[in-house]
Amino acid sequence: MSNTQTLREWLLTETPTSRRHAKISAFYHGWLTLRSNTMAMIGLGILVLMLFVAAAAPLLAPHDPFTQDLGNRLAPLWSDGHVFGTDSLGRDILSRLIYGTRITLYIVTLVTLIAPVAGLLVGTVSGYVGGWTDTVLMRITDIFLAFPRLVLALAFVAALGAGIENAVIAISLTAWPPYARIARAETLTIRSSDYISAIKLQGAGPIRIITKHIWPLCISSLIVRVTLDMAGIILTAAGLGFLGLGAQPPSPEWGAMISEGRRFILDHWWVATVPGLAIFTVSLAFNLLGDGLRDVLDPKAGD
Amino acid sequence: MSMLNVKNLNVWFGKRQQRVDAVRDATFEVARGESFGLVGESGSGKSTILRAITGLAPNWSGQLSIDGNPVPQKRPKAFYKQVQMVFQDPYASLHPRHSVDQVLGETLQLHGFRDIDNRVVKLLDDVGLGQKFRFRYPHQLSGGQRQRVAIARALAPEPELLLLDEPTSALDVSVQAEILNLLTDLRADRNLTYLMVSHDLSVVGHMCDRLAVMKSGEVVDILSVAALRSMEASHPYTRQLFEASL
Amino acid sequence: METLLDVENLWVKFPSRQGVFDAVRGVSFTLGRERLGIVGESGSGKSMTGRAILRLIRKPGIVEADHIKLDGVDLLTKTEKEMRAVRGQRISMVMQDPKFSLNPVMTIGSQIIEAYRLHNSASKADAYRKSLEMLEAVSINDPERVMRAYPHEMSGGMGQRIMIAMMLIPNPEILIADEPTSALDVSVQRQVLDIMDKLVKERGMGLIFISHDLNLVADFCDRVLIMYAGRVVEVCEADKLHDAKHPYTRGLLNSLPRLDQPSKRLEVLQRDPEWSQTPSVSGRI
Repeated sequence: MSNTQTLREWLLTETPTSRRHAKISAFYHGWLTLRSNTMAMIGLGILVLMLFVAAAAPLLAPHDPFTQDLGNRLAPLWSDGHVFGTDSLGRDILSRLIYGTRITLYIVTLVTLIAPVAGLLVGTVSGYVGGWTDTVLMRITDIFLAFPRLVLALAFVAALGAGIENAVIAISLTAWPPYARIARAETLTIRSSDYISAIKLQGAGPIRIITKHIWPLCISSLIVRVTLDMAGIILTAAGLGFLGLGAQPPSPEWGAMISEGRRFILDHWWVATVPGLAIFTVSLAFNLLGDGLRDVLDPKAGD
Repeated sequence: MSMLNVKNLNVWFGKRQQRVDAVRDATFEVARGESFGLVGESGSGKSTILRAITGLAPNWSGQLSIDGNPVPQKRPKAFYKQVQMVFQDPYASLHPRHSVDQVLGETLQLHGFRDIDNRVVKLLDDVGLGQKFRFRYPHQLSGGQRQRVAIARALAPEPELLLLDEPTSALDVSVQAEILNLLTDLRADRNLTYLMVSHDLSVVGHMCDRLAVMKSGEVVDILSVAALRSMEASHPYTRQLFEASL
Repeated sequence: METLLDVENLWVKFPSRQGVFDAVRGVSFTLGRERLGIVGESGSGKSMTGRAILRLIRKPGIVEADHIKLDGVDLLTKTEKEMRAVRGQRISMVMQDPKFSLNPVMTIGSQIIEAYRLHNSASKADAYRKSLEMLEAVSINDPERVMRAYPHEMSGGMGQRIMIAMMLIPNPEILIADEPTSALDVSVQRQVLDIMDKLVKERGMGLIFISHDLNLVADFCDRVLIMYAGRVVEVCEADKLHDAKHPYTRGLLNSLPRLDQPSKRLEVLQRDPEWSQTPSVSGRI
């Protein structure tokens, strides 16, 4: 970088000087587009805050999330030492919420690692290869799609046994078919484009075409879809927790917390409401971010 | 020795009742080092012939031979070292997420070249782009620059026969002149054979030695550009096209 | 000559991250009952000029002008609702590709009838008869069959004629045609141009013909504005286009391959940065 050039100019240059420079520059352009979207930035802000809270949970939490204090159960909001009150066993709700972010993040990360990847694989192969492969893979996808999501997840958890890991696997198993559908639809349009024809004329095989040429174009729409679905995933996880098939007590999973609070919803509404609001906030944040990412990652943008 | 020999070529799309015959019984020959034009209106099947030669249109019958060797249904890798194609729309023929460097680098790698860095530099110079374009993405390039990248990609395996599918129809006239000049120079430098498809008779007249005129899937006339200019075209359709483009 | 449209100092601006981009810079012209060509390369601002007249520039684009007067009334002072009455009713626009302008799931007949009844209070039967007349006016031989057909069953030339027929229903004073024939084959091109020519003459319309094809414009229009980088660099009579003075126009003409004059190399246009600096030439009469 020369002295006469500012960092901003270097990032916005039309003539990158190396592979890395080009990548960073493209990334910076995307960041600028995202930054101009206020709602997306709010969403991103919430998620960054959530990451921070999860990382610094032991420092932030005023109490141990598992310590019971039966003498002080169901304390109301803003009561002494318990901003969000306490639950039926006298545990501090704020502390449980803070530790709960870790579980939520854990679920979200695992699901995003499994479901879209599986969907991408099935969808692109199905779309690119076509013929019998397509028929078989898509009918399997249809079978998964034919069940209501929560019911299917319930069935899987029932078969695998209750627990947070099994809940994640169950959610992933029910979440991939829509991604496969999207990836397949995208592949069908990409498959017949001139740039795919061009690389075929260089003798490229199907594996290279799918992984190097089709995936990069499908991934952006999948990322958007995943962020938009994230709310649903958190809610399904919470739903499983609520039904007692996800995280097991005394784990401070948000869905399980609502489930516990349900019994007192009329007299002690905050016990269920506060974790509900947390789920709402995080889901909303993912939705806002997903909407913003859609603008950034659209391959047509920049034309 | 002819570089490309097309004999009784039929190309169709769809099956049974929905079958559409895009090319019917096309026969022509392109000599080594020659520039041959295929002219016709949209839907006449001229681009389909190029796609059949490269294997992008899978349903064909007849005989195709390159440099005397018959082309099999499944093209071997060596075929693509000999025959390359430049597509019509430079806005659609470059991967939107790949930089110029990636496009050329991958092509070179696929053809088994070693000194990829040097070759990318050389290719960019050959098509008149230069180094500052190397790490740009397609959306940072103009139509003419994109078409130059596409030409560089086609030249990367050092082919002998270049198929040009309306390489300038999506470009402005001043840019068209630059690209046509570039193609003329490249042919002279590298001793290339061109098969060029165009709807524009004056472009084919400028670029080619001989041409075939196509109408609704059939080759109706084959003649030299000189004969075309001196109004010796015998077929009425050729004459009609000629008069419309004066 | 009577002036239908009077455009003075038209600017189209697009604010972006790198600053404001001026797509059209200070273009002025008048249009009478004539065929006015606007030629230029892509990015010259020719299409933007056409769209700006109808105030069809999408946000964040801004249209600025001293005035855009249609029969002495400034279009810039009209509200969006009033503009809708101008668009189609008084100034019509034909686009490059008819495929994107027709509704794919409605028959052509129902689209024309709908367009007709939007502008005129007529019974269905009257509208049907009128639509047939319109299709005949654009030289469609079997209008009954075309009325029943869907857009995808039509060829490009047919589709463009249908578009023109639809644009003519409200009997507009001005027709803006943006590259109406570039998607068509040469033989069909001629037919579509002839139809437009006939309509302009018979109905006394003003036509703004936007194109990249210099020869076509020289052939077809009465007067030509040549645009470069958002400015009008030269105005001339169409039949004198081949004697144009400006180096840009000359360069464009010379870079075309000619069938009757073979050459080894084509002349390449050398762009002078000054062209984009000098102020726009006025096309007013």
